[in-house]
Amino acid sequence: MNIVVCIKQVPDTTNVRINPETNTLMREGVASIINPFDAYALEEGVRLKEKHGGKVTVLSMGPPQVESALREAISLGVDEAVLLSDRAFAGADTLATAFTLAAGIRKLGGADVILMGRQAIDGDTGQVGPGVAENLGLPHVTDVRKIEGIDAEGTIVVERLMEEGYLRLKTKLPMVMTVVKEINEPRLPSLKGKLAAKKAAITVWTAKDLELDGVRIGLNGSPTQVMKIFTPPKPAGGKVIHGEPHHAVAQLLEELQKAGIPLGKAKAEARHG
Amino acid sequence: MAEPIQVILDKCTGCKLCVKVCMYDAVTVVEKKAIIDEKCTLCGACVTACKYDAIEIRKAVYRGQEVEAYAGICLYAEHRHGKLASVVPEIIGAARELKVAHDRPISAILLGDKVRHLADELIAYGVDEVWLEEHPGIGEFHEDVQASLVARILQDRKPEIFLGGGTIIGRSLLPRVAARILTGLTADCTELTIDGDSKLLQQTRPAFGGNIMATILCRHHRPQMATVRHKVMKEAEKVDGHAGKIVELSYPVPKPKIEVLEFVPEKTETVNLADADFIVSGGRGLKDPKNFALIEELAKAVGGAVGASRAAVDAGWIPYSHQVGQTGKTVNPTIYFACGISGAIQHLAGMKGSDIIVAINSDASAPIFSVAHFGIVGNLFEVIPEIVKQLKG
Repeated sequence: MNIVVCIKQVPDTTNVRINPETNTLMREGVASIINPFDAYALEEGVRLKEKHGGKVTVLSMGPPQVESALREAISLGVDEAVLLSDRAFAGADTLATAFTLAAGIRKLGGADVILMGRQAIDGDTGQVGPGVAENLGLPHVTDVRKIEGIDAEGTIVVERLMEEGYLRLKTKLPMVMTVVKEINEPRLPSLKGKLAAKKAAITVWTAKDLELDGVRIGLNGSPTQVMKIFTPPKPAGGKVIHGEPHHAVAQLLEELQKAGIPLGKAKAEARHG
Repeated sequence: MAEPIQVILDKCTGCKLCVKVCMYDAVTVVEKKAIIDEKCTLCGACVTACKYDAIEIRKAVYRGQEVEAYAGICLYAEHRHGKLASVVPEIIGAARELKVAHDRPISAILLGDKVRHLADELIAYGVDEVWLEEHPGIGEFHEDVQASLVARILQDRKPEIFLGGGTIIGRSLLPRVAARILTGLTADCTELTIDGDSKLLQQTRPAFGGNIMATILCRHHRPQMATVRHKVMKEAEKVDGHAGKIVELSYPVPKPKIEVLEFVPEKTETVNLADADFIVSGGRGLKDPKNFALIEELAKAVGGAVGASRAAVDAGWIPYSHQVGQTGKTVNPTIYFACGISGAIQHLAGMKGSDIIVAINSDASAPIFSVAHFGIVGNLFEVIPEIVKQLKG
């Protein structure tokens, strides 16, 4: 089985702090990491290989420093790594990114399963997975929480998380899926994996290698453009109530009522009255 | 290729504002001039941060389509189990505000089997024209089939704006449509306005876990597409006697590549998180999985849903489907009760948009209190039963 996992290197937003005086982001000390959702995709890719045999290739688009994320992926059990890196790719929105990744997958000779996280934690869009699928003409399933099984004919059954439950879906490989955290618990790198990561040769492909039209990639191939970036207004300081529970709760409910939100009995009256 | 991002040296004062805002560590200041290196992703943060207009991103303009040929606002009428998705009246609400300010008709794409009653409902909400295709082959939702139909309808009918829900379905379908018709799509918008001069749709959305907001434009491609975050826009109210038109379509329906075997609803006594007006969430402070009963009790008392922090989910106290936060669900209820949740930034990313946040925590210095509108410093094992008691009383 040929498995391709697409990953993105992102700033570790969980460690971002806001400067309380200027209300701006403080980037200092924020490390670059593999997008956490993609870590589940990597793990699932390696598990598929362990079960069905074959090869896992990790693919990313980004500047040269993404190499460190690809080496980390190798330490987690991935066989090969390819980086799509070219200044002409910079500034890509999700449309141009999906187009470029799809071109990379084509040059790899396609894949049976293409995996990625449900969204990246910097952009939070979740648009690249379906976009890659459309570019390759493959079916896709987002928010997969479990792969139930793949049979010898390449029929795959997955569980896809919905707002109010989950769907069991069946399709034929090849396909694209994005995964949620529930799907597995990623392993830690093994010693052997760490050694492999050190030695691995990372393939780098440029726009020329992929024979891509400049109109479709990077900033020029991106219909969307950021007009402005701002920090959301600082939340106004709230009201903190101390004291023993009976009085504290009475005060809270009074405040909520004042704020125009009837709860409990008052709400029931508003509904039925 | 010319480097698209340029520092205009005459204007740069070396103030380092750009260095501070860059999330990718791509700007350094050498001899009082900013230098942008290859780590730059052209995200534009430095361009908007610079007070001296000293950084420019130049983009070559390739005309996507004849933008003048496109007119009106169209929305995707998502539905499940014979009902419109609750995000749909919210999208119509947003569309109607744009219509009032800029006089644009509102249309809706409605695809399904035996869904005509939903067309009438859309019109009652203020939709002017429903583009309806009814076919037994689209009784179930399939991304590939719907994407091909929606793409053809958009190409033939040419709305200048196309909106969908920031739901699981909307965020799976619209990217596929955008990739097919080659236009821009902005995910999970929390504000939509039309610029007075350019008449472009200004699409504002949170990024970096809600730590920054970005306003996005799609200048040269149509339609301008966006998904809209659930429970942010104000729901449209029904308009008595609104006259709308149903246009019946009969595009060929392709065969789906994915088969739906079954839908398994979540077993819960409370409502689902995405739709809930009230959410009661529990975290590490509950100390023990059985204490989630307390959270459920309060959720029932307020008629809300049960949420959880990552810590509680990772500890195995409650299923992942309840997780609120960056790696879980994003919620925007009327009231969010955070009980025994310290307020890690990744949790805040998922619930900061709530109208009112109530925090209950024994640690007065917990970060949750910095975003809470109301907080009770106290023992949640005493406070929660007291709330339930007073609500019932």
